[in-house]
Amino acid sequence: MLSANRNPVAKILGMDYNTMKEDPSILNILDKITKEDDPESEVKMKMAMLLEELDLHLLNYSLKHASLEIHLNPVTIKKDIELLKHFSGQGEQTVLESIEYTSDYEFSNGCRAPPWRQLHGEICYVLVKPHDVETLCITCCAEGVFLNGGKTDDEGEINYERKGAIYKDLVTFLKHKSAKFSENMSKQTRLTEEQQKVKDQPKKAPKKKEADALHKSITSSNKSKLENNQINFGKNQMTKRLEPSVNWKTDVDFKVRRISVRDTQEKKHGGRPEKSTPPVSPGRAQLVHKNADKTEEIPSESSSESEEDEEPPDHRQEANADLPSEYWQIQKLVKYLKGGNQTATVIALCSMRDFNLAQETCQLAIRDVGGLEVLINLLDTDEVKCKIGSLKILKEISYNPQIRRNIVDLGGLPVMVNILDSPHKILKCLAAETIANVAKFRRARRVVRHHGGITKLVALLDCAQNSTEPAQASLYDERDVEVARCGALALWSCSKSYANKEAIRKAGGIPLLAQLLKTSHENMLIPVVGTLQECASEESYRAAIKAERIIENLVKNLNSENEQLQEHCAMAIYQCAEDEETRDLVRLHGGLKPLASLLNKTDNKERLAAVTGAIWKCSISKENVTKFREYRAIETLVGLLTDQPEEVLVNVVGALGECCQEYENRVLVRKCGGIQPLVNLLVGINQALLVNVTKAVGACAVEPESMVIIDRLDGVRLLWSLLKNPHPDVKASAAWALCPCIQNAKDAGEMVRSFVGGLELVVNLLKSDNKEVLASVCAVITNIAKDQENLAVITDHGVVPLLSKLANTNNDKLRQHLAEAISRCCMWGRNKVAFGEHKAVAPLVRYLKSNDTNVHRATAQALYQLSEDANNCITMHENGAVKLLLDMVGSPDQDLQEAAAGCISNIRRLALATEKARYP
Amino acid sequence: MNRKKLQKLTDTLTKNCKHFNKFEVKCLIQLFYNLVGDVTEWQGVVIGLDRNAFRNILHVTFGMTDDMIMDRVFRGFDKDNDGCVNVSEWIYGLSLFLRGTLEEKMKYCFEVFDLNGDGFISKEEMFHMLKNSLLKQPSEEDPDEGIKDLVEITLKKMDYDHDGKLSFSDYERSVREETLLLEAFGPCLPDPKSQMEFESQVFKDPNEFNDM
Repeated sequence: MLSANRNPVAKILGMDYNTMKEDPSILNILDKITKEDDPESEVKMKMAMLLEELDLHLLNYSLKHASLEIHLNPVTIKKDIELLKHFSGQGEQTVLESIEYTSDYEFSNGCRAPPWRQLHGEICYVLVKPHDVETLCITCCAEGVFLNGGKTDDEGEINYERKGAIYKDLVTFLKHKSAKFSENMSKQTRLTEEQQKVKDQPKKAPKKKEADALHKSITSSNKSKLENNQINFGKNQMTKRLEPSVNWKTDVDFKVRRISVRDTQEKKHGGRPEKSTPPVSPGRAQLVHKNADKTEEIPSESSSESEEDEEPPDHRQEANADLPSEYWQIQKLVKYLKGGNQTATVIALCSMRDFNLAQETCQLAIRDVGGLEVLINLLDTDEVKCKIGSLKILKEISYNPQIRRNIVDLGGLPVMVNILDSPHKILKCLAAETIANVAKFRRARRVVRHHGGITKLVALLDCAQNSTEPAQASLYDERDVEVARCGALALWSCSKSYANKEAIRKAGGIPLLAQLLKTSHENMLIPVVGTLQECASEESYRAAIKAERIIENLVKNLNSENEQLQEHCAMAIYQCAEDEETRDLVRLHGGLKPLASLLNKTDNKERLAAVTGAIWKCSISKENVTKFREYRAIETLVGLLTDQPEEVLVNVVGALGECCQEYENRVLVRKCGGIQPLVNLLVGINQALLVNVTKAVGACAVEPESMVIIDRLDGVRLLWSLLKNPHPDVKASAAWALCPCIQNAKDAGEMVRSFVGGLELVVNLLKSDNKEVLASVCAVITNIAKDQENLAVITDHGVVPLLSKLANTNNDKLRQHLAEAISRCCMWGRNKVAFGEHKAVAPLVRYLKSNDTNVHRATAQALYQLSEDANNCITMHENGAVKLLLDMVGSPDQDLQEAAAGCISNIRRLALATEKARYP
Repeated sequence: MNRKKLQKLTDTLTKNCKHFNKFEVKCLIQLFYNLVGDVTEWQGVVIGLDRNAFRNILHVTFGMTDDMIMDRVFRGFDKDNDGCVNVSEWIYGLSLFLRGTLEEKMKYCFEVFDLNGDGFISKEEMFHMLKNSLLKQPSEEDPDEGIKDLVEITLKKMDYDHDGKLSFSDYERSVREETLLLEAFGPCLPDPKSQMEFESQVFKDPNEFNDM
């Protein structure tokens, strides 16, 4: 018995007893008992253990009292300091900036104080620099910790005199001295706790050490070991432990609990105490898995390809763990599957289907006993019945993401793709349904495509039209519609990969989908619309959808009762309505009314997001906005500005931004109290949301009355601070929104000046390399420059050279706003001359060759301003401005006429003056 | 056989058979006489396929292998129990084989599996039919243990009234729930592939089909 169990104590009582080996008394008792080897020995052993337990309890109890009086010793202090060092350094998260000994030399007794000071019980001196107070020089001595006179800079001598109260340890001392320390200390506690939770399968040994270290750092070292043992016995009785620091307490308790849980577990599975990784309770791990995979489960989730490809770690069931009875039954059935003929196989397959295959235990059991291999092998046989039975099981268990991956790893997909060619419809259906489940991740979708699965699946869609069926309806056959439905289901899963979308289109899937869309079976429509909605992210599909008259049917199905169908239809419309013609089609087929009425149903957030998305895109067309106003959708949209998830908010705000391009709607939004929530949303962090919010606020600011509200809510300041946002889209959108704000605000100049550093920020944005940002910032500068004082400030910040540098651009939008900005900035000091010096004039002349009248007008105005400087006139003349300007004088645009004429007149006047000078 | 007689026989058999049309019946009659061989028909002497000839057909044409099941199938065909399948039994049997409805097939299969014809499939009968369905594992102490277990599994699945044997209603209910269990104790119907081959071979003259 002894030779087999070298370490009985540890095996019985858990690993912690290993550390107690040096305690001879236990071993002695045990030795005695185990050597006797008589039948009573077990009883005696138990008895001995109970006595031992009692003994320890008493010991701990007395120790608890004794430890109150215990003095600090060098070891404790050292541990404390080392631990704190771990959490020190630069940055906000650390507890201290630094902690150091004054002396590097450590005496053999562990003290660092000079021998003559050791006489006073002093152990060492520490220099501590907390975040919020000056460096503290601290004496650690046997009585406790106190502040001393400090270290003198020149000689490095320490003033040993005590300058404050004595604290019982370093942590308590620092907590009293530094608020930041105690605050961050609690944060660190939480942080470490989280880190612990993140580690899924923590190694036991290091964790225990860590926990030990913590104990030792806080309480006296010899006590901690005992306490650790107490955990095993006392479990939760140890509530009244000596605890010097409240903040550490949670941490310690947490770990203690973990340890005790683990130890009890190990006691249960007493067979293998040497194992370094304790069995993680399978139930919990599975739970975590289920959560993580929820997202994968929903096929409508998202069309992006990147989301799902992290492979979850396999967690095979540990042999000999507490396996459910199903496991053994399934193992037996798999044995019959392997060793049986067709008849036995069918019986085993049918019996397997009686297990709850939706349950993860059963799914994993099938895999773990090697059932997946057998099931997939069966698909390769000629036996139709076996294939059917096998697919029926695979279809169910492939709801589990791990199983999906295993199926792909075992090469199950190519076989299933081949089955799609089978003459038996039921096999086609089952194979397609299983593929629909498996192809939820990218690798699987790729395999399906590479084996020609997409073409075959598309062919399944065609079934519904082929009514030339042989008269003989075989036993196992389904209806054609069902085949098409399963095909659509599989295509839906596959359509989440870009290459598959392409493959579906090339295989001629779109007309077939369009055909199927005319049916009225909900379970057919959902996968069909789902596929279309996924694919509509591609331009080619949107064109085809328009051509195949699919919009009409999408609109029709918006009126369905099925929420999922409504959602997918709305989603498809959202994707397609980027196109103007499609937007009109939606209106013409009467799709706006159902959309508006679906807005009132806010319980299903996914559907709401899809519906608001469709409304947003549709409201890009003015006629649609008018309709929406008729259906009172705008009031509802304003109501949705609060308490909605971000996906919904983005779309709602986007829709409002489009609607507010019209006067009536701006008034409506203001009257419904929409401005306040909009301005509130300016503080968010979601990029897409910010772009839309800034646009909507900008649209509202066009109305002076609304502007008053925005100003009162400090909206302009919020917009201005978004110019610092890292995303260029947000920057540009915020800048565009600022333009109407500056135009319509009362005392705009004063308001702009009140933003400290605001003008410099704007001018510096001219260094951006994003065209949209540049154009929008030029527009802001145009508006700022209307105020003389501000113009002076931005001139000082160097706006002239920065604008001049941008002049060589081909982007018409930027050209227009740049020319406007230049023309405004000419109004100050010698800016006109400066633009000439920075070579902005020649490029401007070239703008006149653009095709855009807006560019012409802005440029002519800028040139008119610049032409008041003689040198600029010469440059213009040299660059052939006169001829171009002469053409513009004939323009129907009055402003352009005027500016062009003024410019020519200035040039001409200069010429006359020169002539006069030459021939007096 | 002369043409007139054949025509007459075809007409009578077509009338009695709901799954085949006239052309198909004619083809099958021709096949039957080809199989029987050149035996001139005497008055009073029944001509037909005896057990061995019939089993041979089942094996070659429909890929059946289990001797016991094939015997049972022969009995299923041989309605009048005279030890040979005559032409009308042939047509009737094949109509079920190739075109039978689920109800007809269930009835037929149950009769095949009910070895002693007492209206129940007992545990012993099941054991008898399944005894060769598992690979014998030399390591196992009791080689029949697996079979016994399989019988228990089948009973658990199909014996709805828990009387330890399968009545027709038990069987019917199980099959309606899971069609795969139709041939639960052994293949007694042609598998789809050989069925298709057989049909395409026998009914291969479309011109004549159109004439009718």
